[in-house]
Amino acid sequence: MAKTLFDKVWDAHVVERLQDGTCVLYIDRHLVHEVTSPQAFEGLRMAGRRVRRPDATIAVVDHNVPTTDRKSGIKEADSRLQVETLERNVAAFGVPYIPLLDERQGIVHIIGPELGASLPGMTIVCGDSHTSTHGALGSLAFGIGTSEVEHVLATQTLLQKPAKNMKVAVEGTLPFGVTAKDIVLAIIGRIGTAGGTGHVIEYTGSAIRALDMAGRMTVCNMSIEGGARAGMIAPDETTFEYVRGRPMAPRGEALERAIAWWKTLPSDPGAHYDKVVEIDAATIAPMVTWGTSPEAVAPITGVVPDPSEIADEAKRAQVERMLEYMALRPGQKLAEVPVDMVFIGSCTNGRIEDMRAAAEVARGRRVAPGVRALVVPGSGIVKRQAEEEGLDRVLTEAGFEWREPGCSMCLGMNPDKLTPGQRCASTSNRNFEGRQGPGGRTHLLSPAMAAAAAVMGRLADVRELAR
Amino acid sequence: MKPFTTLTAVAAPLPMANVDTDKIIPARFLKTIERSGLGVHLFDTLRYDADGKERPGFVLNQEPYRHAQILIAHENFGCGSSREHAPWALLDFGIRCVIAPDFADIFHNNCFKNGILPVRLPRAVIDQLMEDAKLGANSRITIDLAAQEVVRPNGERIHFDIDPFRKKLLLEGLDDIGQTMEHAASIDAYEAKVRRERSFIPGIEVRA
Ligand code: SF4
Repeated sequence: MAKTLFDKVWDAHVVERLQDGTCVLYIDRHLVHEVTSPQAFEGLRMAGRRVRRPDATIAVVDHNVPTTDRKSGIKEADSRLQVETLERNVAAFGVPYIPLLDERQGIVHIIGPELGASLPGMTIVCGDSHTSTHGALGSLAFGIGTSEVEHVLATQTLLQKPAKNMKVAVEGTLPFGVTAKDIVLAIIGRIGTAGGTGHVIEYTGSAIRALDMAGRMTVCNMSIEGGARAGMIAPDETTFEYVRGRPMAPRGEALERAIAWWKTLPSDPGAHYDKVVEIDAATIAPMVTWGTSPEAVAPITGVVPDPSEIADEAKRAQVERMLEYMALRPGQKLAEVPVDMVFIGSCTNGRIEDMRAAAEVARGRRVAPGVRALVVPGSGIVKRQAEEEGLDRVLTEAGFEWREPGCSMCLGMNPDKLTPGQRCASTSNRNFEGRQGPGGRTHLLSPAMAAAAAVMGRLADVRELAR
Repeated sequence: MKPFTTLTAVAAPLPMANVDTDKIIPARFLKTIERSGLGVHLFDTLRYDADGKERPGFVLNQEPYRHAQILIAHENFGCGSSREHAPWALLDFGIRCVIAPDFADIFHNNCFKNGILPVRLPRAVIDQLMEDAKLGANSRITIDLAAQEVVRPNGERIHFDIDPFRKKLLLEGLDDIGQTMEHAASIDAYEAKVRRERSFIPGIEVRA
């Protein structure tokens, strides 16, 4: 029978099928961070269990860590406690760990692929919903809760039922100024935040094939915002090139054998999908969200929607509530909305390619008066590379702040957060109420669009700044 | 884990769609290293104003809903993050069952791990239950997991579907890990096979 990429990776990891279709699914890689793991290690300790495969596990701190002045330690007591707890746990259970001051430290979803710990054809989990990022390599990667973190630590497996297959095909050529972030925002705008529930999305089509790995990771990262359990892209030459030479990836003859297996993974012709969505790349414009759900998104050339034009009562109430929270008027031009803050970073857009895109727009310009703009590289390796390319200087000369790696203002667990009422153009993935700080207002967009917002002092069409 | 068999309780009506995990428990409360104690921060921004005072209009600040053990909500409940702090906060508050037209996948999964029963019912039925719930203390709803039924205050019984495996674990309060450990021999065999067939995958090592 013709199989999809998801079917193949799933089948290769089934340890045992139980009567009702639940499977014991083997997990190849388990990424651990400080926020969702303390209770899991505590559970192991109480039950007298050990970590079954420390060599399939890697831990790092990212959510809580400060992005300035790290040598003096973490000032907030509760954040420090989580970091110290993780350090104690990895030592006690023998789990490989990247400490805060190590150059390889960074956001868990940036460092997995970057170090070659995440590879095609693997099952990869982490106590974090954006684990879907790693699916860009052609792996099955999904977020789990803390009980499941404990389950994987103890057994290296999960009890799971297979998801349904969904295909999102993006065909054609992207217009000038349109990026991977715009593709995924457009997809979510189309399918809605529950459009992928119960499914694993496979992204296909010439516009996806044409993306580099960074762009593919941006797309897969936000699969969860479309409700999907995971997002996947079939491995191809772009993938193999990316993996080659990564410190934890196979090398030499082992790599060639790995590639031979990875080449068997793409979906067979005629494989069945339970749901198919097709998008014409040529119709996608630079996107920006206007509401407090990632599906509340529009092209930057558009306007804030008018709730009075929505027939469904519940939907209308929801949009009214969003506009009230976001302090936007129906019919207001999106490109006229002023911003106070700009955040460039996160597991969605914290890679070197994103730093380059931001610097490209910033070069020779100035951050608008009254605006604060933060650039937070996704890892220490991204940071060093950007500095080697001189991007930090381009950005700081333009008035952007250049920070240490971490999740930072994506969710405001460290000191980087919005104050009530502040409006932020952000390259992160969630615009929920209070996500970037209580009362903060978030507009999601691409790194180039965020940099454009910084220099214009308002949401802006990056194409206006093209040279 | 506490088994879930039957529950008769006050149900709190929360007629909102897309209740995300940041609403259920904002990120600033995730800095705990324990499971308990999150109940006071459940729905924090909906429940309290900027000075930390209760908003009287929010359902869980009203009698009898302060003691609700069932929550009724609209579509796509629990979307967003994988944080298990969301079900922990619900449980710590006292909620043992959430009824909604549908749930986000990870949240749905996390509920079962904590002895919370998520019940999916069609929107039309939810609308009826929402009205029942609004009647307050004398309008208790019963959940009978073994029979897979929600019993309305007027006695009407409504069937719901649930995965048989999860039902069993919930009814008996069984620990997932213990269940999986019974398959240890299969896991050993799988690992041996993979070591032979996919030997090209190196193990993780972090060298200083
Ligand atoms: S960058 Fe944001 S979305 Fe990504 S892992 Fe960190 S907090 Fe989560």
